[in-house]
Amino acid sequence: MEINREKPSESNKRARNLVLHIHPVLVRKESIRFNLTFGLGGMLAVLFLLQVFTGVLLRFTYVASPDKAYDSILTIQNDIFFGQLIRNMHNWSGILFVLIAFLHLLRTFYTGAFYDKRRWNWIIGVSLMVLVIFQNFTGYLLPWDQLAYWAITVSTSILQYVPVVGERLMEFIRGGENVNASTLLIFYNFHTAILPLTIVILMVFHFWRVRKAGGVVVAEKSSPDMVPSDPDLVLKELVTALVLIAFILVLSMFFNAPLQDRADPAFSPNPAKAPWYFMGVQELLLHFHPFFSAILIPFLFVGGLIWLPFLHFKEKQQGVWFYTRKGEKLVLIAAVVALITIPAGILLSEFVIDVERMLPGIPLIISSGLIPFTAVFVLFALLLYVVRKKMAPGNNEMILFIMSFLMAAYFIFSLTGIFFRGTGMQLMWPWNI
Amino acid sequence: MKTQTEHINRRSFLKRIWAWLGAIAVFEFAVMAFSMLSPGGRKRKRGASSFVTVGYANEIVPGSVIPYKSGQFYLVRYQDGGFIALSLICTHLGCSIGWNSSEDQFICPCHASSFDKFGNVLNPPATRALDTYKVFIEEGLVKVDTSRKIRRTGFQNSDLVYT
Repeated sequence: MEINREKPSESNKRARNLVLHIHPVLVRKESIRFNLTFGLGGMLAVLFLLQVFTGVLLRFTYVASPDKAYDSILTIQNDIFFGQLIRNMHNWSGILFVLIAFLHLLRTFYTGAFYDKRRWNWIIGVSLMVLVIFQNFTGYLLPWDQLAYWAITVSTSILQYVPVVGERLMEFIRGGENVNASTLLIFYNFHTAILPLTIVILMVFHFWRVRKAGGVVVAEKSSPDMVPSDPDLVLKELVTALVLIAFILVLSMFFNAPLQDRADPAFSPNPAKAPWYFMGVQELLLHFHPFFSAILIPFLFVGGLIWLPFLHFKEKQQGVWFYTRKGEKLVLIAAVVALITIPAGILLSEFVIDVERMLPGIPLIISSGLIPFTAVFVLFALLLYVVRKKMAPGNNEMILFIMSFLMAAYFIFSLTGIFFRGTGMQLMWPWNI
Repeated sequence: MKTQTEHINRRSFLKRIWAWLGAIAVFEFAVMAFSMLSPGGRKRKRGASSFVTVGYANEIVPGSVIPYKSGQFYLVRYQDGGFIALSLICTHLGCSIGWNSSEDQFICPCHASSFDKFGNVLNPPATRALDTYKVFIEEGLVKVDTSRKIRRTGFQNSDLVYT
């Protein structure tokens, strides 16, 4: 890209000073290569600002009470100039927020940006990811339509399977036995005050830690050339931001945010599905006892993510996608194996294996929980053993394989839940739903 | 022990007191914040008992399953004349179950759990029987106390109420 390097004017200087609050004067040329990071972190910052902006506008009309919430959404959509567009933008950027945050996490993982100096920033990042999901989740209830009411009912019901305190925890989160007026108020408060504030604080910390680590991760062998962040970096950021905003605007012009009938606590729609990012968990729920599928497995996964930078790595590849040639191969193998075994597993569990029928009289937590979970665990360990024998990967490449397999698995579970589950949560083709 | 040999001067003593006071203040604030987190407070959750009057017992045909969606329950009368009020909330993940008279079972639309007429699990993923509400019969009128759900693992004959 040819960049104009004329002497800056007075106002340009002021703009540059502002930029230097965030960026250093010079950055590594390698670090602004687009396909190193794809600008995902920057996109998230833009999305956050967009969410605050549209969210505050929606707050002027929205009323967080069961008798008025749905009507206030209708008012926003029908009576306010561009109200529907603002709501759509809030909806689509909310979805993109979760999606891009997830991609950003994957990017950070696959370019090895979690060792040493970046360790704590990885943990802040994982925490932000969790907060972003809850940010979206709390917003999901606010329209108070059938979609919102039942998705939140199903998702919060999962809490009752937490050992010992589960029931009380669920009632505390809901502010009562069922999803009710208190739940709406609690979710509204978290959505519009507590979570955004926490995110802002962690986000600032997140940016600062990137600076402390010497900027975005780059390969050790990459060229040491430096370029001025203004204009080289700033221009790229601006273009990315504008393209993103344009994309959201176009999306919002053509596709409306969903709004179903007013919530009716006595009537569950069929099927009643969780929000899309929990659909993988919902799919697991159909195969395992809730304690395993919705509590233990997600807990282990997030725990694993937090534990990751504290593992002992013999070799630390940084700034290179998939670490090594072998790493690339392993990611591919993981994806292919998951693509074959996970659908096969889903079909087997749906149509063939029925542990609770084969072992009647045994508590469900064992027959539909412990036994299948152990079986899957043993099979997975076997897979890892074969990979270790055949490919002789280093431990960082092994982690790469495990993570890739789990990610691919979650992706397939989610797709199954979103597109292949119809009435009564039966498996069916997407065009029959 | 280090603390015993350590010399505590005035300055560090005061600092320590400040730290403790700070910790207590944070704790107090946390307790206040925590209690503010449940709108309506605890009183509302327990609630006074609220009754739904269903109708005269002798007008309800044995073998019938009647939905009372406003009260969130199904009133079931068995062939032997016993009454039970089953919560319509599925014990798996809280969807509301529907009565399927042709298959003689309650079916949950969310994850396809099914329950028999007594609320027992016929088909998982639900892990325990439907909750019940207390049924009273006063002067021939059937009343259901909807203020408190009763958890149970399975159906027992004592769950039934007779005229």
